[in-house]
Amino acid sequence: MSTVDQTGAARLRLPPGLVGSLASVAAAFLVGALLIAAVGVNPLTAYGALFEAALGSRNGLAETLVRTVPLALCGLGIALAFRAGVFNVGAEGQLFLGGTAAGAIGVLGAGWPAYLLLPAMALSAAFAGALWSGLAAFLKLRFRADELITTIMLNYVAIHLVSFLLHGPLKDPNGALAQTARLTTDGRLPVLLAGTRLHAGILIVLVAAVLAHLFLWRRTNGFRLRVVGLNARAAENAGIDVRRTILFGFLICGALAGLAGFSEVAGVQRRMIENLSPGFGYTAIIVALLGATNPFGVLASAFLFAALQIGASTMESAAGVPSTLTTVIQGLVVLFLIGRAALPLLRDWLVDRFGRRA
Amino acid sequence: MQRPSPPLLDMRGIRVTFGGFVANDGVDLAVDAGEIHALLGENGAGKSTLMRVLAGLLVPAAGEVRIAGDIEPLGSAHEAMRLGIGMVHQHFMLVPTLTVAENVCLGLSSTGRFIPDLKTAAAKIRDLAATYGLDIDPNARIADLSIAGQQRVEILKALYRGARILVLDEPTAVLTPQEAEGLFRILRALAAEGTAIIFISHKLNEVMALTDKVTVLRQGKVVATALTAETDARGLARMMVGAEIALPKIEDAPAPGVPAEAAVAILSVMDLTCRDARGLVRVDRVSLAVGAGEIVGVAGVDGNGQQELAEAIVGLSMVTSGRIILAGVDVTAAPIARRIGLGLAHIPEDRHRTALVEPMSIRDNIVLERIGDPPFSRGGWMRRDAVAGLAEKVMAAFDVRASGPLQSVGTLSGGNQQKVVLGRALSRDPRLVVAVQPARGLDVGATAFVHRQLLARRAAGAGVLLVSTELEEILALSDRIVVMFKGAIVGEMTRAAISVERLGLMMAGRAA
Repeated sequence: MSTVDQTGAARLRLPPGLVGSLASVAAAFLVGALLIAAVGVNPLTAYGALFEAALGSRNGLAETLVRTVPLALCGLGIALAFRAGVFNVGAEGQLFLGGTAAGAIGVLGAGWPAYLLLPAMALSAAFAGALWSGLAAFLKLRFRADELITTIMLNYVAIHLVSFLLHGPLKDPNGALAQTARLTTDGRLPVLLAGTRLHAGILIVLVAAVLAHLFLWRRTNGFRLRVVGLNARAAENAGIDVRRTILFGFLICGALAGLAGFSEVAGVQRRMIENLSPGFGYTAIIVALLGATNPFGVLASAFLFAALQIGASTMESAAGVPSTLTTVIQGLVVLFLIGRAALPLLRDWLVDRFGRRA
Repeated sequence: MQRPSPPLLDMRGIRVTFGGFVANDGVDLAVDAGEIHALLGENGAGKSTLMRVLAGLLVPAAGEVRIAGDIEPLGSAHEAMRLGIGMVHQHFMLVPTLTVAENVCLGLSSTGRFIPDLKTAAAKIRDLAATYGLDIDPNARIADLSIAGQQRVEILKALYRGARILVLDEPTAVLTPQEAEGLFRILRALAAEGTAIIFISHKLNEVMALTDKVTVLRQGKVVATALTAETDARGLARMMVGAEIALPKIEDAPAPGVPAEAAVAILSVMDLTCRDARGLVRVDRVSLAVGAGEIVGVAGVDGNGQQELAEAIVGLSMVTSGRIILAGVDVTAAPIARRIGLGLAHIPEDRHRTALVEPMSIRDNIVLERIGDPPFSRGGWMRRDAVAGLAEKVMAAFDVRASGPLQSVGTLSGGNQQKVVLGRALSRDPRLVVAVQPARGLDVGATAFVHRQLLARRAAGAGVLLVSTELEEILALSDRIVVMFKGAIVGEMTRAAISVERLGLMMAGRAA
């Protein structure tokens, strides 16, 4: 949305926090460059190799987009929950349950046509994720249990529950591993780019981001959700049903994380496996924060983190910089994001320490 | 007349800026030992800033502070204390679960580093209390004391730390008239013993009654320093505001459109009892009615259940027993949206926490209660043109000064924020207005605006429940006054039969 200021020049209104996000990324890469230099490598060479691998080829870009899908879906869910004032850090567990539901329905519905099977898998995945998230919502609304604790604890329960299911009732009877049987072709998301793994999940991401944007800025319920997140008491005073809004924040986050599980199962693994996610649900928390809980910002930050992760191993082999450096950069982004709040304090301290302003 | 010695406190040319804003612009303030000096000014005039400099919490960009003639660098609160500067803040800084003696000694190394010697301290407290006529038991728990008692502890705390200069920030705001009189006696006794007292207030009658000298601040500058005896309340008010602003009174307001005999109760509260989360009774079997075209004032010292009563009526807190009837409908357990639908408007006490979503725009805040109604949305989609139209209309009608409807509410001045709250609540043409401390923190001009708006609603036939701890506000605006004490209504009087003395006694819980 653009407004016209008094000089008559139209200027794009940046969503609050976007400038801070860009600065945090820049600062993280700068510190990362120092670390790379400390290993004795030219930072430009290392970063060059990293982004060359992630974005520079058809396959690299496809891999980056494949990695973007779960990060963006979980990130969107977490962002919407944040907007409602709900700190849901349980996307990881919700993703696992979503993937399991999708895998189970996929096996159960083998033989169904794709137009029935895929929606059934997606819906059941969203439902399973929402159900798991709803458990934390119930604990919060009924017993005032802090969701920061309950959702993270429920992650462990979810992952072990899924593990049990994959070792037991859902296990592929013809295999030795703890995983479901392979999905039929009709239970798989179509590949968009021949010769790569890029699947239709990226379309789900784009649609979800547009819908989330419309919801937040155009729908009355989105407006109410933002009010609840910014000042729940004022929301209540204005007649908004705060509890229902909080419940919605939980459910939408769970549903989107569940969808992420579905797209990993139907688009990448083609079956439900025990190690479905290397922590997408956790990285997505950073993605949501870095994206300033703005749907398109979340897309961009999901893409950036996906690129970092995809390019990491190439950077290691080509430039000799350990791939864990990208994890360090991710961590630094978080530190700088959170550290922004401390900047005024730092300034006051410097002023106090090194002379007072006249 | 030649001074025998320099003044005990001499602040000269104090200048404090926040960004581009000049909060103190070359302020001079001199106070002698034994003098009670009023610091008078509207909100935002720079009183608090000046006192924060004195307390060592702010370092001025220019100017100096002399204590008994010596220039002192007031770099920290600790330094200020060492120089004998004591502050009694509006909000007390006491630990409720500790005793008086424990609170007084808190943080003092003189009490002993590891094992506090509270016996000696208690004896010293008794001595000080006897000297200045402070009625304090050193072994009482703070939580068991009245507000006036806690205030005495704050004063004693300052004296115990050797305060020679005592600053009191709006000390009577939380007191009944009788308690205020008691405080004045203590302050006079302190002054007689040689303490310099700075009395911050905007209540002119108190300034006239208590102080020896007065300094008036306006927009960061001293506009006058005079002997109190040589000024009058009217002149001081003019200096404070810059122009004479008369607060509206009910007598000058147009009469309500509804004839008195036809007036029906918009709000009936019957036998209402509310308990808080800990099970304590906050509202105790309250019954009251507010008619159309009537302003009912709820008077009382802060914390006697008025807040909880208002919250129960608007639906922010749960009712334990009793009934609330709004416009003929039992809303005791109804959600807030239903009450708003029946014509309830709430002007809450704490606009930052309860009324406004500060990061959001003026436009969004104005439409907050109505976003689900036509024409502001259709089929769940917001209609931006209608919303923008409403915002512009309300901003114009309620004189909200801002760069535009998209400015965030958090960046507005307190007066303009309150205008947004009023505009949102009153532009809906409500039938019942529950206004709690509607002028709190506002300057005279903004206060007059708020009062005129409430009177306008009365004239339009709405019922108004006005909860305030400011007696002047209640007296100026109410058709009828009820007094609350410890959760119960202890008295009621009509406008014709108002007596301030009786009100004061009722506020102290003594039926009269």
